[in-house]
Amino acid sequence: MPTAPISEYLLRILLPQIPAPGVTWLQNQLNNLKAEKEFYLAFSVASRFTGKKKLNLTEADLLEAETLRPGFNPASWTADQVARTLLVLAIPHETPEAYVATLNRVFSTADLNELATLYASLPLLPYPEHHVKRAAEGVRTTMTQVFDAIALHNPYPHDYLPQEAWNQLVVKSVFNVRPLYQIYGLDNRRNEALAQIAIDYAHERWAAGRTLTPELWRLVGPFLSPENIKNIEKLLQSPEEIQHQAAALALSESNLPEARELLAKQPNLTAAIQAGNITWQTIGESAYHA
Amino acid sequence: MLFIDPHVHMTSRTTDDYEAMRKAGIVAMIEPAFWMGQPRTEAGTFKDYYSHLIGFERFRASQFGIKHYCTIGLNSKEANNEPLAEEVMELLPLFVLKEGVVGVGEIGYDDQTPAEDKYYRLQLDLAKEVNLPVQIHTPHRDKRKGTLRSMEVALEHGLDPAMVIVDHNNEETVKDVLDRGFWAAFTIYPHTKMGNERMTEIVRQYGHERIMINSAADWGISDPLAVPKTAELMLERGISEESVRMVTYQNALAAFGQSGQMQESDWLAASPIDQSLKFSGNSILRGGQTPRVETGENENDSRIIR
Repeated sequence: MPTAPISEYLLRILLPQIPAPGVTWLQNQLNNLKAEKEFYLAFSVASRFTGKKKLNLTEADLLEAETLRPGFNPASWTADQVARTLLVLAIPHETPEAYVATLNRVFSTADLNELATLYASLPLLPYPEHHVKRAAEGVRTTMTQVFDAIALHNPYPHDYLPQEAWNQLVVKSVFNVRPLYQIYGLDNRRNEALAQIAIDYAHERWAAGRTLTPELWRLVGPFLSPENIKNIEKLLQSPEEIQHQAAALALSESNLPEARELLAKQPNLTAAIQAGNITWQTIGESAYHA
Repeated sequence: MLFIDPHVHMTSRTTDDYEAMRKAGIVAMIEPAFWMGQPRTEAGTFKDYYSHLIGFERFRASQFGIKHYCTIGLNSKEANNEPLAEEVMELLPLFVLKEGVVGVGEIGYDDQTPAEDKYYRLQLDLAKEVNLPVQIHTPHRDKRKGTLRSMEVALEHGLDPAMVIVDHNNEETVKDVLDRGFWAAFTIYPHTKMGNERMTEIVRQYGHERIMINSAADWGISDPLAVPKTAELMLERGISEESVRMVTYQNALAAFGQSGQMQESDWLAASPIDQSLKFSGNSILRGGQTPRVETGENENDSRIIR
């Protein structure tokens, strides 16, 4: 993937929003990064020059991001984050291996913010097929901010993670109560193994008398079977309306005759789904921001 | 009241301690890089340790609404392994300019060997180069001489005393440190360093200027609530609220804030809930708030640390 258009874009949205000395500093760095050591230092001190404010982006800016790199959504990116990403894109190197080696070193000495920045930058970096292990490593983190950077609003996992690692990302999002609707390309990569893990997890939570996110059933809908549909029946008995919505939406995504039959008994929910008033987006939003 | 504990080794503490510290009003803490209890033998373990301080430990604190800062350095004990020390010195520039790194520390003397002296001096130069405060560990043995020497060497290397925090003071060292214009930090740590009754008398005698207290809580018998407990004791024993605020909050902020990496807005703006209202200093010791560690407390008065 050519990275020059990405760098040009990032500079264009960043420079008008940072103090003048920051502009000079950053342009100097980008034009003169020759040695690895200079890169490490610039990467660390970037926030001192750019500040850490969230960028103000227009709809057109966001649309352009999506066009440049499908799934790239800088809506919540901060000035230091954009500057550091520009520096990472400018790492001096000869080969893909050398690039990854420098990247690994900066990962291994990164602080909390820097780690999140690095993981969020993965979909923009050159040699994307070289970053698979790094992305899978990010999924293993315990630090919520870092996990969110790789799991949410980030197209890299959808595009490059193998199924086992992808499933771990999704299941860990459920386990850590992260909003599934913010995972890029989730519906595209649903699979039977993931659906089974989700159902097993639901049983665990129910056995423990704990709450369960209604978003979980998004993973199950297309893989309903005569054996597992009883879980949806159970969900429809829940005292919570949002669980009924999730149950109905899961049913609506199944071709199983039993599912059609069960959904037919829920005319109000069916109508709301058909009208577009109940979607996984609305369920996710109300589950996390109620 | 809000408190800052400017020296505490959270890596060695449990999450229960974070909970208790938050409830007691601690809003920010500084974790100096130190000796882990047994000597490391590989430079890579130092790298992972430093990145743990600026990564996971910062995250862990944030879960309790506490801002975590650190100082980065090669401690005096491990400076005695010279081949290792050489490698660690090469790592330091990768870390000292990270966000939230508020100084070079804790560095200084332990046995006061030539190797300790060498790496102490090199790190003073590093701190000067990157314009960061220095957090000095003063030795347990031959303390007074070691403290004086720490300051002499810092001055010799051209450091401004206002940028140097001399830690682990006692009645025998405080006057020399204050007279020379350095910050004097006191560690409330049972059995080996200061007790908080003695600390109260030091503040009564020397006032609150350039004095700060910390817990240095670590893997030893120590107390992560030493700062708020001492604040309460001081108030009860007639030290003014202003003085208590200076030695348990403001001076630490002023000294380490010189790094440009620590400002009040970091915690005041970050948490809209005013913890001082919710967790007032007066309530800290009521009902089950005492940490579940043996702290050397007086049975009749849990605030006393001896």
